[in-house]
Amino acid sequence: MTAETGDRVTITIDGREHAAEPGALLIKAAEEAGTYIPRFCWHPRMKPVGMCRMCLVEVETPRGRMLTTACTMPVAEGLVVDTKSAVVEKAQEGVLEFLLINHPLDCPVCDKGGECPLQDQTMSYGPGESRFVEEKRHYEKPIPISDLVLLDRERCILCARCTRFSDEISGDPLIEFKDRGNLTQVITFPDEAFSSYFSGNTVEICPVGALTAKPYRFRARPWDLEAVESVSMVDSFGSRVSVQASQNEVLRINGVDNDPTNQGWLSDKDRFVFEAINSEHRLTTPLVKENGEFREAQWSEALELIAERLGSVRGDEVAGLGGARSTNEEAFAFGKFLRTVVVTPHLDAQLDDGLDPRFLAGTVARATVSDLEEAATILVWAADLKEELPVLYLRVRRAATELGASVVVVHPRRTGLDDVAAVKLTYRPGDGADLLGSLRSKRRARAEVTAARAALKDGPVVAIVGRTSAAERPGLAEAVAAFARDLPGAKILPVARRANVFGALDMGLSPELLPGRVPAASAQGRSALEEAWGPIPEPGGRSATPILEGLRDGAVSSLVLLGCDPARDHPRPILARQALENAGFVVALDLFLSDTAQLADVVLPLEGFAETEGTVTNLEGRVQKVNRIIPGPGRSRPAWSVLGDLSRRMGGDLGAPSAEVLMEEIATVAPAYRGLSWDRLEWGDGREGLVVPTGDGEQPLQHVPDAAALDGAGDGWALHAGRVLYDDGVLTRMSPSLAALAPRAAAYLGPADAGKVGVEAGEEVILRGPYGAVALPVGIDPTLAGGTVYVPANLPATAALGAPSHVEIERLEGGGS
Amino acid sequence: MASGFPPILTGRMTEAPGDSHTIARYEATGGYTTLRTALSGMTPEQVTEQVKASNLQGRGGAAFPTGVKWGFLAPATPRFLVVNADESEPGTFKDRQLLERDPHQLIEGTVLSAYALAVHHAFVYVRGEYPKPARRLQRAIDEAYAAGFLGSDILGSGFDLDLMVHLGAGAYICGEETALLNSLEGKRGEPRIKPPFPAVEGLYSRPTIVNNVETISNVPWIVANGGRAYASIGDPASAGTRLFSLSGHVKNPGNYEIPMDLTWRELIYDIGGGIPEGRELKCWIPGGASAPWFVPAEHLDTRVTKDDVAENGSMLGSGAVVVMDDTTNVVAAAHRIVRFFAHESCGQCTPCREGTTWLERMLWRILQGHGRPQDLDMLMDVSDNISPGLTWPPAMTTICPLGPSAVSPITSIMKYFRDEVEEMLAAGVTT
Ligand SMILES: Cc1cc2nc3c(=O)[nH]c(=O)nc-3n(C[C@H](O)[C@H](O)[C@H](O)COP(=O)(O)O)c2cc1C
Ligand code: SF4
Ligand code: SF4
Ligand code: FES
Repeated sequence: MTAETGDRVTITIDGREHAAEPGALLIKAAEEAGTYIPRFCWHPRMKPVGMCRMCLVEVETPRGRMLTTACTMPVAEGLVVDTKSAVVEKAQEGVLEFLLINHPLDCPVCDKGGECPLQDQTMSYGPGESRFVEEKRHYEKPIPISDLVLLDRERCILCARCTRFSDEISGDPLIEFKDRGNLTQVITFPDEAFSSYFSGNTVEICPVGALTAKPYRFRARPWDLEAVESVSMVDSFGSRVSVQASQNEVLRINGVDNDPTNQGWLSDKDRFVFEAINSEHRLTTPLVKENGEFREAQWSEALELIAERLGSVRGDEVAGLGGARSTNEEAFAFGKFLRTVVVTPHLDAQLDDGLDPRFLAGTVARATVSDLEEAATILVWAADLKEELPVLYLRVRRAATELGASVVVVHPRRTGLDDVAAVKLTYRPGDGADLLGSLRSKRRARAEVTAARAALKDGPVVAIVGRTSAAERPGLAEAVAAFARDLPGAKILPVARRANVFGALDMGLSPELLPGRVPAASAQGRSALEEAWGPIPEPGGRSATPILEGLRDGAVSSLVLLGCDPARDHPRPILARQALENAGFVVALDLFLSDTAQLADVVLPLEGFAETEGTVTNLEGRVQKVNRIIPGPGRSRPAWSVLGDLSRRMGGDLGAPSAEVLMEEIATVAPAYRGLSWDRLEWGDGREGLVVPTGDGEQPLQHVPDAAALDGAGDGWALHAGRVLYDDGVLTRMSPSLAALAPRAAAYLGPADAGKVGVEAGEEVILRGPYGAVALPVGIDPTLAGGTVYVPANLPATAALGAPSHVEIERLEGGGS
Repeated sequence: MASGFPPILTGRMTEAPGDSHTIARYEATGGYTTLRTALSGMTPEQVTEQVKASNLQGRGGAAFPTGVKWGFLAPATPRFLVVNADESEPGTFKDRQLLERDPHQLIEGTVLSAYALAVHHAFVYVRGEYPKPARRLQRAIDEAYAAGFLGSDILGSGFDLDLMVHLGAGAYICGEETALLNSLEGKRGEPRIKPPFPAVEGLYSRPTIVNNVETISNVPWIVANGGRAYASIGDPASAGTRLFSLSGHVKNPGNYEIPMDLTWRELIYDIGGGIPEGRELKCWIPGGASAPWFVPAEHLDTRVTKDDVAENGSMLGSGAVVVMDDTTNVVAAAHRIVRFFAHESCGQCTPCREGTTWLERMLWRILQGHGRPQDLDMLMDVSDNISPGLTWPPAMTTICPLGPSAVSPITSIMKYFRDEVEEMLAAGVTT
């Protein structure tokens, strides 16, 4: 009976035999077999430490029964375990009592009250009454350890989940144990705050209320919260979240463990961005501009006005921008509206800050995030993932530290991954093609290049490619992908950051693409779509920059914006402003009165994240369901419904009585999405999300990256306009807790380059580029490539510079007076 | 009485107390000749064979057979040897003498052991409160390097060994071998979960042997005279001589090297000179603060061997014998020991972190005259939650034996002196 069955072993738990995976931890194996062993310190995504001792069980050994911790015990053939013996029960009760003797009885005012494992297990396993008559341990009650997190050491049960998370998972060990014995405490280092992009995870996994998050402290009792599972729309990684609300207000976002994506973790931006949902700055009613001033309007009035204005010009005088922050259903409705109701070929979900849409949507041999688990080598030639796609950063970090992958990072300055990288190549933006050339060649090169060549010979290779910043030519990423394609076992993960940009492109929001990854130039694809939609405009429409230029020059007269803020997000902010100011008519559908919306003629309030239902597609092409838990503020409406209404007023019909019906249509007309349904994603085989086809044969668009030589020459200083996580983007700006974390703006130079310019840290310089100029204090960045100036993109003080490839630096003479 | 055995560890320091720590004296009295012979004429396996044949048991506390432990060393390289000189068990001061007075004996033992184990990097972890022994050892190591007994190609044999001294920072728990390894790696001194044992995954996750100073100091004699000769000294199951640290209420406290075949009466009365000022022996701790106590009525004629002591529910532990006379307030004595362990708990695991301090507070309260009748059962029950069953060797709800160590004095006073504790409760005595 105890023979091994396949690669499983037989173990006996409380007298019953079970098959288990050999080497699995007993606590997990028992749970799979239906026996829950209580625990505090063990967390399935971290290494066991056996510290709390709550999971004690008795195992049979040649020397008799022995108490051991189930979280540290790997199972092997023939293991016999008793999880309920009198000895076990007494030991567990004893541990609970030990944990409680110094625990304050402030459950009624504790954020964790109601969802606290200590509280729960005290009910199930604990002694009735306290026999501890000595005085409890006292510490100063909650102390802030960062701008977001507070620590109450009296409540702490010293389980080391927070310390392990920040050490093992996020790699910023800023929270540690201090002192020993009865005085052991969790604390941060003197003068160093727990300022981690991932600090909220520790609050979530803290088994008691010792770590609490400022943004939701005392906001709600867990039992008052309703929750719905959804997907974070802060970036394109698609982390699974639980959105929790009470009385029509989102009060908390927690991580959900979705194995192929976030594995339970979130960035603090994913987590605390809920403040923006509840922002008092949300648009609540349509606005119509009269004599330069907005006034509130009824929906019917505003829509009628728009229908009239858009109907009064030729279709191809109208352009549409946006959709990358919307659901797939909304983006699809937007594309259908533009192509069949307005009848224009000019549409773009990107703002020239991303990559070629065919590359993003249709790369051959596209990697999934899970491929990182098997990769021998990971090439990261993209933005600093920690700043732009923080949870992808966690997954790459895990591959490096836990799974032994060698990581090769190529970037103009230090990135978050450098600490775990096997090789780091620093290069001046513009010199990427040269560097790529020397990676390809066999000629002698500097040591790092040789090391990178060697590492990249070891497959399977996953190459994460993207633009290191919006100031870098987009073609480089494609050249890198073309190079990476030939590496052993290579797969490519092209990355762009904005929420649902991949979904929006898949829905055809690009002059190059039709829904479902079909090239707009494909006659066959066009006729298939026309069968469903009727005639659509000829290919060859304008993308974002030509649209803005057309508006500026008069070739395009009207603009429809869907959750899109070119005045902020386009690399040429002056062009965007001129375009908006010269445009004949601009309508903005948005959540906020953005810089762009302020220049619009009509503004329509949208329902957004947590308020609308639909699907989103992440950077690997994984489609997941997002859900609604609260209604939008005021008279806001979902974009698909607004666009349907508008279409009718313009004499068209989107045929979209609901978002779900739109999904049904997507599943019919968008080849890559064939067969998808909300049902499958919610209840069927798509619970973890479904990756729409990427395989060479199945995917309609099979884009082979272009290795065309790139000319990086330019006059002046190469600009690196890398983003930081807490920039001046609208979500951060509208989340007070996050907005406070935005870094100070500066123009960073390497020490030698600062010497060349003749400036020191703190002195002011003027940076002048083709799109604008800004005055900034100088910062010194010893990690920066020579000949480069780094200006964090999209901070209030840097936005006006835009993202040109080169800038001039001017010293402010006579400064300091 | 101690006679008819060769002084294995302390011969040189007894005969030449002035300069037994110098390399000149060491070499003049035959030091390093064993190393010469072994490196030129013996294979590593032959050296190991002698250690196995000697039946030498570890002197750090657990009395684990050294040869057997060496046999567990995993084959992977690099691999390490760590000499445990943390000597922090209250009442123990024997390693200090070996470090201060005969450091070359330890160095020679270390080189021989390293040779046997095919180790090329060895460390001595010296407790932070031992600056003088550490200095002496370092000076001796420098001398040994200069003389070619350490470093590369030792004595032309092709065998390399580097030996480094690392000073602890004042934590008792760093004597526990895995906490020691963490500390050596620069981490918090916290015991690791075993398995894996250090012999498989030790320092920097490499195979590592950890042995006590006294254990390793025996190796030159064993290799010189043969394992069989060593095994014939003392009790067959407790081979060789041991260095006992005798302290407390005895006339002649100090370190004594004796073969393990005496009785406690001989050790305390003949060697220690008995109890001063005509007082009576009340009890003693046979093997360091962790060990359950012995009392004259039951144990005076018990033999000082590993097995005899184990049969009587205690251990020889670190070889620290602490004698208490009839003026001793056993509750105060127990409190003092429990306080030590509570203070030294690394704080990692719940029962030890919380339990030892709780026990300490209860005893303190009783000593302050605020004991309650139910406290006696509570003391035992809380102890039981740290060490289920209150047996010896202890079962543990903890990661390492430190937690259960704090229980020993409590079970001891409750077993032998319960009436005294009860009296104290009844009287509300304050001391
Ligand atoms: C709490 C605790 C403290 C210890 N302290 C020491 C010590 O100070 N010195 C020592 O040699 N061994 C000490 N040990 C034993 C070591 O863990 C280890 O067993 C020993 O160093 C092995 O050497 P040996 O085999 O030569 O005895 C301690 C063990 C425990 C559990
Ligand atoms: S703060 Fe919370 S997570 Fe951290 S050790 Fe304490 S109880 Fe555990
Ligand atoms: S028993 Fe005590 S000393 Fe040992 S690991 Fe646990 S807390 Fe640390
Ligand atoms: S859950 Fe196993 S010791 Fe904490």
